[in-house]
Amino acid sequence: MNYYESKDLARFAEVGKFRKELMDKFFDYYGEATGTDGALTKREKALIGLAIAHFKQCPYCIEAYTSQCLENGSNPDQMTEAIHVASSLAAGMILVHGVQMQNVLMKHDAM
Amino acid sequence: METTSNQSHAEYSFEAALNSHRLDLKPLSLETLQINITKLCNQACLHCHVDSSPKRTEQMDERTVTRVVEILAQHDDIKKLDITGGAPELNPHFEFVVKEARKLGKHVMVRHNLTVQFDGNPQTGASMTHLPEFFAEQGVEVISSLPYYQEFYTDKQRGLGVFKKSIDGMRRLNDVGYGKPDSGLMFNLVYNPVGAFLPASQVGLEADYKRELKEKFDLVFNNLYTITNMPIHRFAESLKRRGGYEEYMEKLVNAFNPGAAEGVMCRSLISVGYDGRLFDCDFNQMLEMQVTTGVNGSTRQRTIFDFDASELMQRNILFDAHCYGCTAGAGSSCGGATA
Repeated sequence: MNYYESKDLARFAEVGKFRKELMDKFFDYYGEATGTDGALTKREKALIGLAIAHFKQCPYCIEAYTSQCLENGSNPDQMTEAIHVASSLAAGMILVHGVQMQNVLMKHDAM
Repeated sequence: METTSNQSHAEYSFEAALNSHRLDLKPLSLETLQINITKLCNQACLHCHVDSSPKRTEQMDERTVTRVVEILAQHDDIKKLDITGGAPELNPHFEFVVKEARKLGKHVMVRHNLTVQFDGNPQTGASMTHLPEFFAEQGVEVISSLPYYQEFYTDKQRGLGVFKKSIDGMRRLNDVGYGKPDSGLMFNLVYNPVGAFLPASQVGLEADYKRELKEKFDLVFNNLYTITNMPIHRFAESLKRRGGYEEYMEKLVNAFNPGAAEGVMCRSLISVGYDGRLFDCDFNQMLEMQVTTGVNGSTRQRTIFDFDASELMQRNILFDAHCYGCTAGAGSSCGGATA
């Protein structure tokens, strides 16, 4: 069994079968935050969404936001740059912990 | 309203969508006569709903072209002649019909693929390098497909080398004034998605195209029209091969926009096939959904030879599942978004 079935994304709203009012609030918030032109365009928001989808490695979101990016006029160059931003932040988050490593090395008088 | 008996998928009933929104899409005018004068083309594009290619032989003949001109002369309410194909310039009567329509004061639009300027006629070898000058002399509006402002997507859809050739073709059109401010020579581009997704906002993409084509190639144009890929013929087959037909149809159905439906082009257009048969649009033409007028017992399939404007205004436009392509999102027509 594949845990992530593409068709399951269309069933997202079924999570609201219980405590529907909470899901309704989520969808309102989500729609307003991601699906409207504001200080950021929908295209920019879709690229941010694509980067986060990769950072969090969510298959549903990668599928949804790849389509969102295309349908908001982004091209593969721009989309690839967006995931490189996510990738480089992830790498930076690992590397910046090297400072902690060096703190410990110094504590042990090992550098 | 009517749907056809050959409706391919009952679950994609367009009639149901119209009914649920209480829409009754009657003809509004006969403002545009669109003629598809050949299926011959120098290209064989992935998404071509006409299935055009260098091997096709269908051509509108002299008798039918002459009849088109007669209809234009007899009907002041037909303001525009929209000439398409194939590559319409490859019909031997193309320049005749353009000149006659212009003499009658009609606004003439030519769906020009840019590359035919260089490729010429694939069957006769006839040169087409004179086209920019011909278009400018006649003052026709030129409408050209350029699926993207980058080479990758354009060549993927229209064939290797098409982007570079299209850029050269645009330059030759710019050189005679097309797309330039105050020239009066309208040059519009058409975007359609490279794959199974809906077009982005026409306004946003137009700004991208203008910026990129100016910065990278010093080219200009007037407007960008975004067009949705129609789930028929080559594109439908391609979707089915990849198992994506149902998903694409669901995308179109879910994006049904009543506002776009109100503005569908078939309400103000009649499409003429190469053989003179009449259709509600070029897509219906390719699906052989011919215009029928009259009531039960005395219905007639219409051609350009029995053109009756008042009956055509009373006709029931034929709809089918592919019509969702014109009503999804911001809508789609030969003139771009409709909502």
